Amino acid sequence: MDPLEIRNLKKSYGSVPAVKGVSFNLRKGEILGLIGPDGAGKTTIIRSVVSLLLADEGEILYMGKNIRDNPTYIRSRIGYMPQRFSLYPDLTVEENLDFFGDLFQVPKQKQKQRKEELYAFSHLGPFKKRRAADLSGGMKQKLALSCMLIHQPDVLILDEPTFGVDPVSRHEFWEILKTQSRRQGTSILVTTAYMDEAGQCDRVGLMFAGRILALDQPQELEKQFTDPLYVLHCPQPHEVFEQIYHDDSLYVANLFGEGVHITLPRERTEEQLRNYLQEKRLTITKIERIKPSLEDVFLKLMHG
Amino acid sequence: MNRILLSIIRKEFHHILRDPQTLVIIIIQPIIMLFLYGYAITLDMKQIEIAITDYSKTPQSRQLIHQIESTSFFKVTAFDIPERGFDRLFKERKARCALIIPSDFARSLHSKQNTKIQLLVDASDPNAANYIYKYLLQINARFTFKNNPHLVQPFLMEPRILYNPDLKAHNFFVPGLIAIIMLLISSLLTSIAIVREKERGTMEQILVSPVRPLQILVGKVIPYILIAFLDGVLIVALGHLWFRVPIIGSGLFLAATLILYVLTGLSFGLLVSTITDSQRMAMLTTLMATILPTIMLSGFIFPVASMPKIFQYLSITIPATHFLEIIRGIMLKGNGLADLTRQVLFLFGISFFLLLLSVKKFRTTLE
Repeated sequence: MDPLEIRNLKKSYGSVPAVKGVSFNLRKGEILGLIGPDGAGKTTIIRSVVSLLLADEGEILYMGKNIRDNPTYIRSRIGYMPQRFSLYPDLTVEENLDFFGDLFQVPKQKQKQRKEELYAFSHLGPFKKRRAADLSGGMKQKLALSCMLIHQPDVLILDEPTFGVDPVSRHEFWEILKTQSRRQGTSILVTTAYMDEAGQCDRVGLMFAGRILALDQPQELEKQFTDPLYVLHCPQPHEVFEQIYHDDSLYVANLFGEGVHITLPRERTEEQLRNYLQEKRLTITKIERIKPSLEDVFLKLMHG
Repeated sequence: MNRILLSIIRKEFHHILRDPQTLVIIIIQPIIMLFLYGYAITLDMKQIEIAITDYSKTPQSRQLIHQIESTSFFKVTAFDIPERGFDRLFKERKARCALIIPSDFARSLHSKQNTKIQLLVDASDPNAANYIYKYLLQINARFTFKNNPHLVQPFLMEPRILYNPDLKAHNFFVPGLIAIIMLLISSLLTSIAIVREKERGTMEQILVSPVRPLQILVGKVIPYILIAFLDGVLIVALGHLWFRVPIIGSGLFLAATLILYVLTGLSFGLLVSTITDSQRMAMLTTLMATILPTIMLSGFIFPVASMPKIFQYLSITIPATHFLEIIRGIMLKGNGLADLTRQVLFLFGISFFLLLLSVKKFRTTLE
């Protein structure tokens, strides 16, 4: 049985719909990432799953039990990390860990052993007497995660855990999550706004405007993008993008960091694209065919 | 006691001891308030400016003036001002009353039954005007008694002043201040403690755990009962040692009622914290809801019995109304539990009601 099943979840704030019917399962031992921009409904899904919000419609089953009937059942078994850093800044690393150990009633002896294990993988051991407020962003996130792992939950639910964390710490954080899922068989539901983190997940749900546009393994999602894709390297990508975007051509352009990505429709050839660009007198240094990334897939799905 | 509760209590003590703002509220604020209000709020009147115009210039008139000058109640600020100058004097606040002794003062004292002198009083503060008038009546009576031994008084009043023989205003106000400060501090502390968790997002975190609402609330309240109680002891001690307010009744009984009263304040703080989402809002709400009604309606200054009926009923719902009777009763009159059962029961009732309401209103979701 999948630890978590979400069936047609709907949730509005007043008249503003935040989640418009979302269904997915979190499988045993997998890392499932929900990826999408701010306002896509990720946090609403997460908060509904941990029973902090009541869904308007649909069902959430944890270990086959509807969480609406018994919210304490899921609350006392999962590990949840909210979007904002939410530990006690005036308590030390150790005091925070002890507090959550007590809250989840981890046996005293076990708690001591767990703390040592958590210090080892998070490298927070030398800082255990330091107050949480004085930790760096990356260390804070690792402490928050450690506090959630002290009671060894089977399911971890994390809301944008790497937001605002430096790249090195982000990488380290993901390594910890992967180890946790591979070795302990922990099922992890995680949200992020960073596309490049999708590759770290076993499966990825692309979210936009309250819906999951697609959910699959990252490689499978990339395969959905079948049209040839080119990148235009150019000194002024913004202008090139604007030109193509506003021109009613068949080419679909998207602005990326390295240049403009352009999709070739089936009825056009690369030759025709080159001619088109020349006609428009756009300054382009290089045209190169590339493999589509998840972000290309996302943009394609987003534009329908 | 269970482990979750103990852990919450321990954590709360850490918060208190490590937060300068909380420590200021606990230690500095009550002391400052007690001294500030202890000295500022007093109904004793002293050094009332009086203008005297003496047209008589006789030994008798000088004797009267001397009697007025020799009390600390009056201070003569203007002398022999012509009558048309009084208006100016009052408007410039150089005098609050004026006495005009007519030129036939000495003569009429010997001839007529009633000698008239004129008193002008600035009654823009009616309470003060009343005091001035009554004080001068006393001087008048003494003067008459001395100068006219043949005047027969129908009876003589022998006053014996009980419970506060020196009529010290401090004895009345300091216990009242203790009641106000305690209520404010205890409700402020709890409301901030819970709302801070909401603001920081830690409430969201700890709600997703096996913790129950009652454990959070009780765990929050217990440390503050202790702290607010110690606070109460501190200011009662200050009131007793510095302001010399006696404690005639049992100190132990006073301590017990203090704990009960603190619990009432804390319960109110809990209720505030369940309906507000920011520390600022919680602070404002507690300040508004405790200080104002407590000062106006509890009998702190104005006797409840002289209020309109509707306010009298309203004052029953204010914890300080009952605690004022308790603390004044214990400190000044030596009352015991038997004399104060009604008040103690009321405090119990109010606390219970507030606690029940807070537990009911405490949300375990973010909606």
